[in-house]
Amino acid sequence: MEVLVKITISLKEGMLDPEAQAIQHALANLGFQTEKLASARLFYITMDAPSDQAAVDQAKLMCERLLANPVIHRYTIEVVK
Amino acid sequence: MRFAVLQFGGSNCDLDTHHVLQEVCGVDTDLIWYKEKLSHPYDAIIIPGGFSYGDYLRAGAIAARTPIMNEVMNHVRTGRLFLGICNGAQIGAETGLIPGTFAINAYPKFTCKWVHIRVENERTPFTSLYKNGEIIKIPIAHKEGRYVAPREVVTDLNRTERIAFRFCDERGQVTPAVNHNGSIENITGILNDRGNALLMMPHPERASEEVLGSTDGRRIFESMITYIEKGR
Repeated sequence: MEVLVKITISLKEGMLDPEAQAIQHALANLGFQTEKLASARLFYITMDAPSDQAAVDQAKLMCERLLANPVIHRYTIEVVK
Repeated sequence: MRFAVLQFGGSNCDLDTHHVLQEVCGVDTDLIWYKEKLSHPYDAIIIPGGFSYGDYLRAGAIAARTPIMNEVMNHVRTGRLFLGICNGAQIGAETGLIPGTFAINAYPKFTCKWVHIRVENERTPFTSLYKNGEIIKIPIAHKEGRYVAPREVVTDLNRTERIAFRFCDERGQVTPAVNHNGSIENITGILNDRGNALLMMPHPERASEEVLGSTDGRRIFESMITYIEKGR
């Protein structure tokens, strides 16, 4: 069956995120005051898998082997449909 | 003796590195496109700077998963030399040659300028023609060069003398003001556990001829050549 998974890759808590800081600064220049800003990367991946769990397992392997860098990243995986 | 310089789509310091090895250092050097086989048992492999795969995903991440990197890892396992310069260092880190990674600079902008680095370990195949504490004038040119690793990893790297270079000022002082990308402990050159692979963000090939403004970087290549000659 076809399964669509959504993978979110973000920096681990406490990791410096210079791009997020720059964006926050730019928002401040536009008059938007923000308490905290974090950026993340989304991947939507459709794959053929025998079950939702099998698709999640595959997505986890993808994160570990390519999509995320375990030194700096954490990731979440959701089945969309 | 024969060196190889690997080329990925987006490598752009390949010809400079080849020129310095072949013409300045006088060592036979092949340019190898990443889809080719490493037909020769090379004495040293260098991955040069550039923007392989447009830095998609993370700098070096895609190139690190190409089949030729399996051959590079086999080469390193035999104890022969490997040097990753800038994007080559990012690729090497993504391949797992060293712990830690090169993240986006603390000030998130491409930085291209002459800097000073200090030699932290003269007893490596890459630095034997320098002295500990020697200051090298050399350019950097990167946006993702901030070395990041867990604290315990850095402690271990220090203990096992796997730090090759740190950013310093012209007098050799390692300070936050000259930490050009925000690397932990100003680190910008790291050795693998066996000491036969060096990953560094600065560009020695751009500091290898008088006309370029410095010849300080050339001794990295010459140290490698000396090491290989001694091993024969």
